Amino acid sequence: MSFDWMKIVYALLTLFIVVNYGMIITAIFQKIGARIGRRYGIPVWQNYADLIKNYGLRSSITHGTMFYLGPVFRLTGGVGLLLFIPVIYGSEIFSNFSFAGDLILILYFVFFGTLGMALGAAESGHPYSAIGITRGLSQVTASELPFALAVFAIALQYQTLSVTEIVAAQQGGYLNWTLFTNPLAVMAAMLSFLGSMMRPPFDVVLAPQEIPIGPPTEYHSSYLALMQTNRMIFPIAKIAVYVCLFFGGAVSWPIFFLKVFLIYFVSVFVGVVFPRFRVEQSIRWFLIWGVPIGILAILVA
Amino acid sequence: MQSKDFSKAELQKRTVTGPDGVEFEVDPMRDYFCEAPPTVMPPAYIKIVEDLFNWARAESIWILGFGTGCGAIEMRPLMTPRFDAYRYGIQWRPTPRQANLFVISGYLSVKTLKRAIRSYEQMQNPKYVVGLGSCTINGGMYWDSYNTIKRLDDYLPVDLYITGCMPRPEALLQGFMDLKKVIRAGNAEGANRYAENFAWYKANQKQIIHDWDMPEYSW
Amino acid sequence: MHPLYERLKHLFPLDEVTEQRPDLLFVTLPREHLRSLLLHLRDIEGFSHLVLLTAVDWIEEGQFQLTYLLHNRPKAQDIGVRIKLARDSATMESIHTLWPTAATYQRELREMFGIDFPGSPGVEEDFILEGWIDLPPYRRDFDTKKFSDENYNHRPGRETHDPAEYMKQQLYPNGL
Repeated sequence: MSFDWMKIVYALLTLFIVVNYGMIITAIFQKIGARIGRRYGIPVWQNYADLIKNYGLRSSITHGTMFYLGPVFRLTGGVGLLLFIPVIYGSEIFSNFSFAGDLILILYFVFFGTLGMALGAAESGHPYSAIGITRGLSQVTASELPFALAVFAIALQYQTLSVTEIVAAQQGGYLNWTLFTNPLAVMAAMLSFLGSMMRPPFDVVLAPQEIPIGPPTEYHSSYLALMQTNRMIFPIAKIAVYVCLFFGGAVSWPIFFLKVFLIYFVSVFVGVVFPRFRVEQSIRWFLIWGVPIGILAILVA
Repeated sequence: MQSKDFSKAELQKRTVTGPDGVEFEVDPMRDYFCEAPPTVMPPAYIKIVEDLFNWARAESIWILGFGTGCGAIEMRPLMTPRFDAYRYGIQWRPTPRQANLFVISGYLSVKTLKRAIRSYEQMQNPKYVVGLGSCTINGGMYWDSYNTIKRLDDYLPVDLYITGCMPRPEALLQGFMDLKKVIRAGNAEGANRYAENFAWYKANQKQIIHDWDMPEYSW
Repeated sequence: MHPLYERLKHLFPLDEVTEQRPDLLFVTLPREHLRSLLLHLRDIEGFSHLVLLTAVDWIEEGQFQLTYLLHNRPKAQDIGVRIKLARDSATMESIHTLWPTAATYQRELREMFGIDFPGSPGVEEDFILEGWIDLPPYRRDFDTKKFSDENYNHRPGRETHDPAEYMKQQLYPNGL
């Protein structure tokens, strides 16, 4: 089997587009949130300034090897997730490293970043980090359940573990989308989606006011910048998974941007309307509403 | 003046038995903290890169959410719709590790000064200090108080003072705009001044903090 | 006279009484009767809440005055119990066994006035001041201004005006 080296260049190109899109869209959504609170909101380029500033800090201290690796793992989670999704269906350039069993790998990568974060933040030894990690892991685990169930449901439905094939099966009119062929699975996955976006009502992990910033309490300068980069990539990558699995994939960048924007907007909309859940509330919420729908979706499939 | 013993039990050398039964000696001040003094970190890159960084530093000012006096109340309106400092790239961070700007908001008692010094030292270079209100300049209405410092710049390298008692949020915004100009011109080198005159700052701090129970520099 | 005072005066040697308001009475009594009076007020009269414990420095008389302010919730009534202490090496019995919160007040009084309360939990620890080396600062023989001048660097150029005189000059420079 020959490996096409150009694929690496193409993957980096995808990464570049997604990072920039993520930066701008995150700022736009923060602005939307601000406008709802009757504030003017941050400038669109704010994320770039923050990122350059953090990379440009002159000093940084470390708490040990895992402290270094935490943000790296986190970023790996985001980038890895992105690289195994056929972001643009049918495009030779932007289908990345998609292969036959990639659905399982994607499930793994969604969780990977949080685990890396847990290790790194634990090394920093700050009690707030530990609290944040405990909250984060329990909430992500709970929100992962409906998503995993939904993914199994559609894997059963399409009888494949390849994202590309799932996208292929959804082509030809929006009625072929999983959204309409298997609404239960999509419902379960969307509930899980709310939980994994780290926006209200499920943002108690970062909890900017109560426990200072949660897991990254001790992180600064380049470490923090790496994590910020991941915060730009990860939501987009995660939504890209959703686009591929449930919303018929995207055949071109504009369609991709539009779909990502709309799906992102769901979580923002929910976020500005509902107040924050406590961790045990959100876990209960996922177990009561998300998991049964997911199980139902599997049974129906 | 009486002489008093301020040594704290938890900072004394002691012998500890580990969970595996091995006895070892712990000297908290040496073992738990780094002793190295801060170093001067000059701008390291070529001018155009440094200019880019200075632009980013000016456009992304992260304030340490630490209110030391009554001036902290003037910071709250800045976050809310009326003044909304976020539109200028100013936001509040709850941890000194991520903050760049330390606003000493009003009077600073000796007890708070200890915490302020530790917080300041945990911030990463480059970092800025803004003194808010007349209390930080010459003591303000607490000029004859037994427990507040009168000149902030003796203890921390101040980049900018905002006068008033208390300054209005508009004055704060104006102050932040001026700070942005200082940063963009590359003149906000407070952290390096602190490192250069480290001995002088420490001598000033220790002159009024009688129970010095913290490391020389909190990394 | 106040009905509460009528009830109390047969039981305790009350020295001096001030009826501040219908619902606020101050009584003074010798220090050795304090504990029994407080117990009586708490358990029989229903003054279940210790509002505050504070001190006044009567330097001319060489005395500290301690005021225990109690509150009766159902009757919405307050009573202040005053005792006098000799000022030098002032020591008072602790009442933290009656109200645990008293320990905090006693800690503060020890730090700010130098009144000792032996046996009160944590009374030796720093309360607000850390590393204080001079006289307790709320004593009236402690000179705040002098201490401030000696210990802190002042920024030169500070001016002080009498507000009335200064505004008169500003508003009416040619005289009234």
